[in-house]
Amino acid sequence: MKRRTVLKLLALTGGGVAIGVWLTDNDTAVVELLRTELSREKNTERDLQQAWFANAWLRLYPDDSMVLQVPSSEMGQGVMTALPMLLAEELDADWARIRVEHAPVHHVYRNPTNNRQSTGNSASIRGFHHTLRLAGAAIREALLRAAAARWQVAVSTLSTRDNLISDAAGEHRLRYGELLQEMGAFPLAENSVLKTPDKFRLLNSPLRRLDTPAKINGSAVFGQDVTLPGLLVAVVARCPVFKGSVANFNDTDARAVNGVVDVVKIGSGIAVVARHFWAAQQGREKLRVTWNEGPLATQNDAAILQLLRNSIGQGTVVEKIGDVTPHLEGKSLISAEYFTPFLAHTCMEPMNCTAWVQDRRCDIWAPTQSPERARKAAAGIAGMSKDHVFVHTTFLGGGFGRRSEQDFVIEAVEISKLLGAPVKVLWTREDDIQHDFYRPITLNKLSAHLDANGMPLAIRHSIAAPSLLDRFVPFSKVVLRGKDPTAVDGVLDNKYRIPNFELNYANVDTGIPVGFWRSVGYSQNVFVSECFLDEIALAGNQNPYQLRRTLLQDNPRLLRTLELAAEKAGWHAPRTAGHHFGIASSACFGSYLSQIAEVSIVQDNSNRQVLVHRITCVIDCGMVVNPRIVKAQVTGGIVYGLSAALYGNISIKDGRVQQSNFHDYPCLRIHNMPEVSLHLVDSNEEPGGVGEIGTPPVAAAVANAVLAATGAPIRNLPIAL
Amino acid sequence: MIKTLNINNKYYDVDVDSLDIPLLWVLRDFVGLTGTKYSCGKALCGACTVHLNGHAIRACTTPLSQALNNKITTIEGLSTDNSHPVQKAWLEEDVPQCGFCQSGQIMSAAALLNTNPSPSDEEITAAMSGNLCRCGSYPQIFNAVKRASQLISQEN
Repeated sequence: MKRRTVLKLLALTGGGVAIGVWLTDNDTAVVELLRTELSREKNTERDLQQAWFANAWLRLYPDDSMVLQVPSSEMGQGVMTALPMLLAEELDADWARIRVEHAPVHHVYRNPTNNRQSTGNSASIRGFHHTLRLAGAAIREALLRAAAARWQVAVSTLSTRDNLISDAAGEHRLRYGELLQEMGAFPLAENSVLKTPDKFRLLNSPLRRLDTPAKINGSAVFGQDVTLPGLLVAVVARCPVFKGSVANFNDTDARAVNGVVDVVKIGSGIAVVARHFWAAQQGREKLRVTWNEGPLATQNDAAILQLLRNSIGQGTVVEKIGDVTPHLEGKSLISAEYFTPFLAHTCMEPMNCTAWVQDRRCDIWAPTQSPERARKAAAGIAGMSKDHVFVHTTFLGGGFGRRSEQDFVIEAVEISKLLGAPVKVLWTREDDIQHDFYRPITLNKLSAHLDANGMPLAIRHSIAAPSLLDRFVPFSKVVLRGKDPTAVDGVLDNKYRIPNFELNYANVDTGIPVGFWRSVGYSQNVFVSECFLDEIALAGNQNPYQLRRTLLQDNPRLLRTLELAAEKAGWHAPRTAGHHFGIASSACFGSYLSQIAEVSIVQDNSNRQVLVHRITCVIDCGMVVNPRIVKAQVTGGIVYGLSAALYGNISIKDGRVQQSNFHDYPCLRIHNMPEVSLHLVDSNEEPGGVGEIGTPPVAAAVANAVLAATGAPIRNLPIAL
Repeated sequence: MIKTLNINNKYYDVDVDSLDIPLLWVLRDFVGLTGTKYSCGKALCGACTVHLNGHAIRACTTPLSQALNNKITTIEGLSTDNSHPVQKAWLEEDVPQCGFCQSGQIMSAAALLNTNPSPSDEEITAAMSGNLCRCGSYPQIFNAVKRASQLISQEN
């Protein structure tokens, strides 16, 4: 990107940060920040003096090793491998010499798709692929110019490979690391030419992950593993009823537990602080707290469902194609009511955060998806400028949207500030399940009228569900005008051609906190929409696959995945006796995906159960950076969605979550894992996201297979026969 | 009271108040071996799996009293250089995603292969069914256990 373009962009967006402006400016502030913070860690100072900070993204050492700043949080999705591949490709870097670090908080590291340093929305590759490729290309060009100057030859005679520069005559050869002292005279260019895909050496290869070695010998540091001299450990007693508060408490017995150091009241409850976790936990058990349970003390599932029922259809028309009224009034209709429950995230690593508030400095070690918001939250609590708050992002033991929240960060900062000591707040699994921000509960009413050929002429879809953006968007009632996109993403008109369609969304606050859950609105709306489409197919006497083909004529990329999925799964071939197929698609996060579930129904004592044998999945995610990671992500998304489809349910009684651990909030285990058959469509389109796209269609694919098996639609999750 | 533990063939003295403290927290908070993870605290997820005399146990529900006078092996003790056949197989199959459950997965797999170096598919899923992975790395885990079994038979 040329400087002029960058400045224009800056003007257009009314200030703030321009994408790419830091890329080639060798921004002194970032390098200064990196130098200062890195030198706080022992044994790196001498190394740092030898390093060439090429730009905000990469520093190189004389021995040819390179360290890349990863702007996204590594929560399993492979950013610590895929993002370096983009830069290394254009740099012609020796892949074996690349090391990675989580970047500190700085606006240069904001994701261009949302202008925030946060990880989510399957946006890391989508946001950074161009920037990182440009960064690598610019560094390579500067190195070439330095070599050309040293050898007094033209740049055009030089070539690079694996950190080596050589000239066409074969007279000269240099490693990148040998040029570092001269690089001050060769500023990076701003308009480097990127490789064409036929020149790729790294991209679209199944390289192994850079973080694997540390994750198989216990050395990878997750938030839970942070250690500091004098570190205290805290557990917090929180009101079991949402939005309740502490009336009074007696900590005499808690303080008597050996190892307990202090008991303090904080915003979310009472923190028991100890020298180690077990003492803190024992202390919390001995704590006596009386809670003001507040108005939600009587909230329960039936009352919540009634709230949704009272509002459904009474909200705002947020999408309208054609006019449904003449096609629905007084006509024979197919109607159905669908329900999806609250869901917890259950990251394998329960929530935690370590904070150390000192006089003029606050350090946060957190497994966080949004270090920038963590810094802001911490600065507010610590009472200091955000420039004095330093967030050290650790590995995340799962994220799934839960770690976009700041509740665990705020607790740690509050406690550290009160005690004047470094404190690690650890949540138990029970804390984690009972104090989550849940996937919103939803009630849906759908009606459709079909034409003589069984094609949907008009569909009305009404959704009643809490809005999760209410909490994030200031003046949301005004700004969103009744439409929370996260509540309606993934409804039928997102991808299918429906001549008349109307969507009514009613925002219902149930008092239960809601948040981002892997694939967000798509996760429930694709289930509802794709299952209702199979009901339409059944009523119109159509093959569900053929019906989708017809409706996808305007959506060639999704259609291609659908047709390929049918081919790979053997939709048209003879099937194993007792096996049934269900099909579903989703288009989200810039990617396209279709799935076919193969299931059978088994009799287990008096219960009938669904056995999922195989999920065939075809994905078009545009240009593929690393097919191994794409497949792992999509498989993981399928497992996450399948856990929810088969088991996921958070129920509320007396304002409390009734589930507490993996015995009553089960997740898919290896013995229930179906065969996953994945196929990638070759594409040079812009890369799409892959972290979430596997999740939305799987519940529908399985439910539609059950419909095929039993003739009865599945309209509630989790699936029950 | 000071108790001595044999962990990864080294002796560690720990000063504890009670022998009821789960081994997990002794390892993590007293000895400083943080490769073994806390996730459920109720032996439901397998993230804290370690070996007691070569057998897989859940450290989160094993009181220290049961670990005394026994050989404890944690992920850190499997090998220092990822050279254990299970670690080699995990590298080859590139198993981890977030990685949080993987110490436990690897320790369960290593314990299985200690007693049954050539497990059947059913024996693999049965032995690994106590270990949850929310990232859904099950296919890679399954393949890696198979691969580790091959590596072990090649070594012998």
